Amino acid sequence: MSEASPTSSESQSANRPRVNDVTISVATSNGTGSQSANLILMRSIFNMGIPVGAKNMFPSNIQGLPTWFTVRASAAGWSGRRRLIDLCVAMNEESVVDDIAQLPPGATLVLHKSLEKYAQRTDLVVHVVPFDDLVSGLVKEPKLSKLVVNMIYVGVVAHLFAIDMKEVERAIQRQFSKKASAAKINLDAATVGHVWAEANLPQSATHRLERMSATDGKIIIEGNQATALGLVFGGMTVLGWYPITPSSSVAEVTIDYLSKYRKDPETGKPTYAVIQAEDELASMAIVVGAGWAGARAATATSGPGISLMGELVGLAYFAEIPAVIVDVQRMGPSTGLPTRVSQGDIFSAYHLSHGDGKHPLLLPGNVRECFEFAAESLDLAERLQTVIFVMLDLDLGMNLWSSDPFEPIAKPIDRGKVLDEAQLAKVGSFARYKDVDGDGIPYRTIPGNPHPLAAYFTRGTGHTEAATYSEKAQDWKGNLDRLTRKFDTARTLMPRPVLKAATPGQVAEIGVIAFGSSDPAVEESRAELASQGMAIDYLRLRALPIDREVREFIEAHRVVYVVEQNRDAQLASILKAELPERATALRSVLLYSGLPADAQSVTEDIVRQESKEGRA
Amino acid sequence: MSHEAAAPPAAPKPTKAPALNRLSLDLKAYKGANSTLCSGCGHDSITNAIIKSFFEYGVEPHRVAKLSGIGCSSKTTAYFLSRSHGFNSVHGRMAAVATGSNMANHTLLNIGVSGDGDTASIGLGHFLHMVRRNPQLVYLVENNGCYGLTKGQFSATADKGSLQKGGAVNRMDPIDICALAIEMGCGFVARSFSGDAKQLNQLLKAAIAHKGTALIDVVSPCVTFNNHEGSTKSYPYARAHEELIHEVGFVPFFEEISVDYDAGTTQVVELHDHSKVVLKKLERDYDPTNRRQALELLSHAQENQLFLTGLVYLDPSMPSMAEQLDLGSEPLATLPAEKLRPSPTALAEIMETFK
Ligand SMILES: Cc1ncc(C[n+]2csc(CCOP(=O)(O)OP(=O)(O)O)c2C)c(N)n1
Ligand code: SF4
Ligand SMILES: [Mg+2]
Repeated sequence: MSEASPTSSESQSANRPRVNDVTISVATSNGTGSQSANLILMRSIFNMGIPVGAKNMFPSNIQGLPTWFTVRASAAGWSGRRRLIDLCVAMNEESVVDDIAQLPPGATLVLHKSLEKYAQRTDLVVHVVPFDDLVSGLVKEPKLSKLVVNMIYVGVVAHLFAIDMKEVERAIQRQFSKKASAAKINLDAATVGHVWAEANLPQSATHRLERMSATDGKIIIEGNQATALGLVFGGMTVLGWYPITPSSSVAEVTIDYLSKYRKDPETGKPTYAVIQAEDELASMAIVVGAGWAGARAATATSGPGISLMGELVGLAYFAEIPAVIVDVQRMGPSTGLPTRVSQGDIFSAYHLSHGDGKHPLLLPGNVRECFEFAAESLDLAERLQTVIFVMLDLDLGMNLWSSDPFEPIAKPIDRGKVLDEAQLAKVGSFARYKDVDGDGIPYRTIPGNPHPLAAYFTRGTGHTEAATYSEKAQDWKGNLDRLTRKFDTARTLMPRPVLKAATPGQVAEIGVIAFGSSDPAVEESRAELASQGMAIDYLRLRALPIDREVREFIEAHRVVYVVEQNRDAQLASILKAELPERATALRSVLLYSGLPADAQSVTEDIVRQESKEGRA
Repeated sequence: MSHEAAAPPAAPKPTKAPALNRLSLDLKAYKGANSTLCSGCGHDSITNAIIKSFFEYGVEPHRVAKLSGIGCSSKTTAYFLSRSHGFNSVHGRMAAVATGSNMANHTLLNIGVSGDGDTASIGLGHFLHMVRRNPQLVYLVENNGCYGLTKGQFSATADKGSLQKGGAVNRMDPIDICALAIEMGCGFVARSFSGDAKQLNQLLKAAIAHKGTALIDVVSPCVTFNNHEGSTKSYPYARAHEELIHEVGFVPFFEEISVDYDAGTTQVVELHDHSKVVLKKLERDYDPTNRRQALELLSHAQENQLFLTGLVYLDPSMPSMAEQLDLGSEPLATLPAEKLRPSPTALAEIMETFK
């Protein structure tokens, strides 16, 4: 990401269009086939070498409810959501009133002709497009025309912002690479839109897209896909799962790649096993059973599934069984907002289950880290013999992000402290829950080990070092204390936070801590605040439990804003519990509207809180 | 021992050598920790039957994984086969835990011990789905018609009209675990009684030899909470009412006895490992390989509150979960790490598709 502040483009002369800095929103309804048109629009911009990101804000149904797709092109590389839309394509009567009302003055509105009556605002640039007439010249069949009509706005937008139609064509060919007839009809539709717009509309006076080379060699990928690849390349051997939005595609994509890339070259047999379970209790039980028996086992779910897994996670914690849970977070229970963004499972995942217990959380902040951390989680689970959570959210998991291609994982697979028959023969003794090395991590054997000392009996609570039954106070307390030592070891093994000082080598007064999909919004907000003269150091948290760096960061700053996407300040409360003496220095910036995090909201909240202090 | 003719010195009186099985292990090698159950509990008899059966079959203890849920019954996995790994998991989830364990290592022989509460109430869903998948597992339900560990509440297998210790009447029809298992496609379904050591022993050995999930629903009286008059899972009731469907015999693959069985009175079914189940006809004409007949028998028993024991249903051909997953001979758990990570070339190839 470039350090240049994108706000600088605002200082450009008012009558010259802004170059490569535009946010487009397409308002359609769910199930009308707009998705491929939107992807093609995004891809075309990407093909021109311009950094671009996309966010799909979709309802929790299959067909008919309003849906928005935003494409943000940003030379500076900002990929977070932008609150202010520069151009809106309004195709949906159900949402059109709000869609228009939300536009800032001066924005462009591309309006379906049937919605013309809603265009009351005089402070917008309004282009009414006769989509129905244009499409009827192309296809007669109503179902097909409903799909194809979306490609017409791609052509219109291409004209307005000077997107190269060659790149639109390339994007179409890529999208429909397996279906030449579909590619043709879509290209025809885009061309019709483009030709019509050329004849009838001026190009945008405010925004323009020009070729760059910032996307050369880059990939576009969803966080869920990246996570799936991480599991496949991380050497996962057992997957138990149950479908739930927004995590389903983690498992589905994993299954796809497993079948292609995880066959034993000698025998042709799969080096994995997958079961779609009957519920999340079962998927977690499968993972726990498999981890106990020596597999590298994982599951993927979302908040409701996490709740169901609680008891088994507690079992895995006390029985010390490796397990990985990918949690693509969404809003709370039942129906309503399952397709909206939230980081609302941080607290429940960290403390999941009954009795004492804390679990390491990996917090990827971009798609590359989704890949790397998913792979790493399997190593950490076996190294620490515990449950590791990989915490995504819907924004990171289901939206498209541009990234450098992922590098092969350099670290060899780590299976942790497992004693096989020969090693057991060498050490000559084995006590399953004994802290031999002082790091709180005991050794384990896996079932099938023929050594006479190998077998042990696994229970949740109530065991001695040798895994025999005990309800003695000192045995139990000793075990809990060792688990605390193990958790302290975990602190040292988790990915380090990423530190970015406002001025390298110096410590600013204000710090900010954020994680996950909040990262692009926070980066952009820092640039905005810097342009207002407010220097902010940034610590991007990449895991819990925290270690030294986080402590030092919080200690070093007068105030630290903890940005998170939930109402209850879940991360802040965990940090306050870790550092009670600095509790008053921790403030919260909380985003919980269900929309992806945006820089403007972060900036406004920090400015508001600072000005209350009389500092800003 | 030398075979020289010299007269042996006066040898000390030989102590009786313990009987050894085909692995040269004695019965002790199949025992576990001391039981902490109430004395007389049916579950302890089942534990003894397990010890004996695994000993007689000559199962290598380290090739066994013991799994259980929660309950008095589920505790018993600690009381046998101390040389096998054991996992006392959580209430009702053992079926799914065992499924995972079997995925990780399908070369192990799993034995799962559950209770009627563990299987028919909290864990019913997992039980049914496990049966559909057919992992290799001897699945025992130690069925006492009540929740022993939480002090005697009715379970879902309590018969209609049976009484709780305090006198409460059960007004609901029981869940028949065997019938459900057959409905779900289980290839080995048996019912037995903890007091019928002989039959249980034969059934257990046959279950060990079976390729997929083998269910044995064993009525196992709870002497503390469900052994009173009015209970249909008490010792006196079970003893008075047990009716054998047939006489179950088992000939393991390593015993090459060829006996001519009278086809009119005896049915022989060969199992996957070439062991044989030998079923001798008693009163009724019954073919346990006939699924419809099996379901009819169970519903007839349910309607008339009969306690029928024996091998209710057998289909040795059902593909196991490992077969359906197409697993190779090496368990996933011990595959070498280099087989688990696709090459950098593969990653580069995948990355191209996202460009
Ligand atoms: C989630 C959960 N709910 C409830 C319990 C309490 N509980 C322990 S054992 C048990 C019932 C056991 O009955 P059964 O499976 O028939 O075993 P038995 O003791 O009769 O052998 C219950 C309800 C528990 N351990 N976990
Ligand atoms: S309470 Fe019942 S089931 Fe439990 S150990 Fe005692 S007799 Fe057995
Ligand atoms: Mg019971």
